[in-house]
Amino acid sequence: MWKRFRADLHIHTCLSPCGNLSMVPGVIVEEALRRGLDAIGICDHNAAENVPAVRKAAEKKRIAVLGGMEITSQEEVHVLALFDDDEKLFELQEKVYENLPGLNDEEAFGEQVVVNENDEVTGLNTRLLIGATNLPLDRIVETIRSLSGLAIASHVDRESFGIIGQLGFVPEGLPLDALELSGETRPHEARALLPQVSGFPLVTFSDAHYPEDIGKRSTSFRVAELEIEEIREALLGREGRGVFFEE
Amino acid sequence: MKLNELVRELEMDVKSAVQNLSREVSGGYASDLLSDVMAHADKDYLWVTLQIHQNIVAVAVLKELAGIVIVNGRQPEQETLAKAESEGVPILGTQLATFEIVGRLYGLGLRGRM
Repeated sequence: MWKRFRADLHIHTCLSPCGNLSMVPGVIVEEALRRGLDAIGICDHNAAENVPAVRKAAEKKRIAVLGGMEITSQEEVHVLALFDDDEKLFELQEKVYENLPGLNDEEAFGEQVVVNENDEVTGLNTRLLIGATNLPLDRIVETIRSLSGLAIASHVDRESFGIIGQLGFVPEGLPLDALELSGETRPHEARALLPQVSGFPLVTFSDAHYPEDIGKRSTSFRVAELEIEEIREALLGREGRGVFFEE
Repeated sequence: MKLNELVRELEMDVKSAVQNLSREVSGGYASDLLSDVMAHADKDYLWVTLQIHQNIVAVAVLKELAGIVIVNGRQPEQETLAKAESEGVPILGTQLATFEIVGRLYGLGLRGRM
């Protein structure tokens, strides 16, 4: 009954100001297939507007798409939020938008391009997506969990915008499902190098902003189906499920 | 006060945009949260921070800051230096911690927004 899915659940699109403009749905899906991924997660900074386009571009292809966002907390900590269904994801996006002040400056931060499944530009997002929300980290994680999403602290091995770099520790009792490594740290070294990660499941994803980085780091999940609840159980090591790092 | 006078007085290490050191500095701001700097730093201010990632350059460009001081002897990332060079944003390094360097800048006459 178990299936193994190789997943890179932290990929940016051209909607992220720092994401390369070539990160359009067709390119992302092609590159992910070429890299042998079974699932991808689309996580732009503080927005999810390109998720439906990537999902459509992946239809009839042998790859699953999880919709998500990489939210910036008040403390400037990045957190991944991943969902099965787009309704919950857009409910969260609404909350994020309500708490995200400022307008983007394309010159300083880059363009924020909304596209359709044919890689055609349909609009520009004018919000300051690179900015921080007014939401404290614990409220973001709790909100993700209350919407049945998966909450993963981004690139905890990187100083910039990682939870350990920003706070120095992982707050006790924060209901994170996992911590992500996407810096230099290899998973087998992480617990020795970063004692703060102890007690949390680890995953590794690419945090790709350019096509060539897609799938550079990925994690395989042994689950019944590729669903958020199954991934959560796998992270907890429940009943024959498992998590495997792919380099 | 000009940036190069501060560099000389406080023996700071110039890490980028050496051509822009004649820039006039109108005040200072110290913070490690980008969103806070975007909200409170003014044009031609010198910004003191421990952050080393490339978004600090974007913030400096956006706010038209005179330069960035990176404290505690921290080394900016490669991308940060490349971006600072291309955008002409001077990055200065000091071995001192924020409290100490801000005190010395204040001592030289630099002020923040009141």
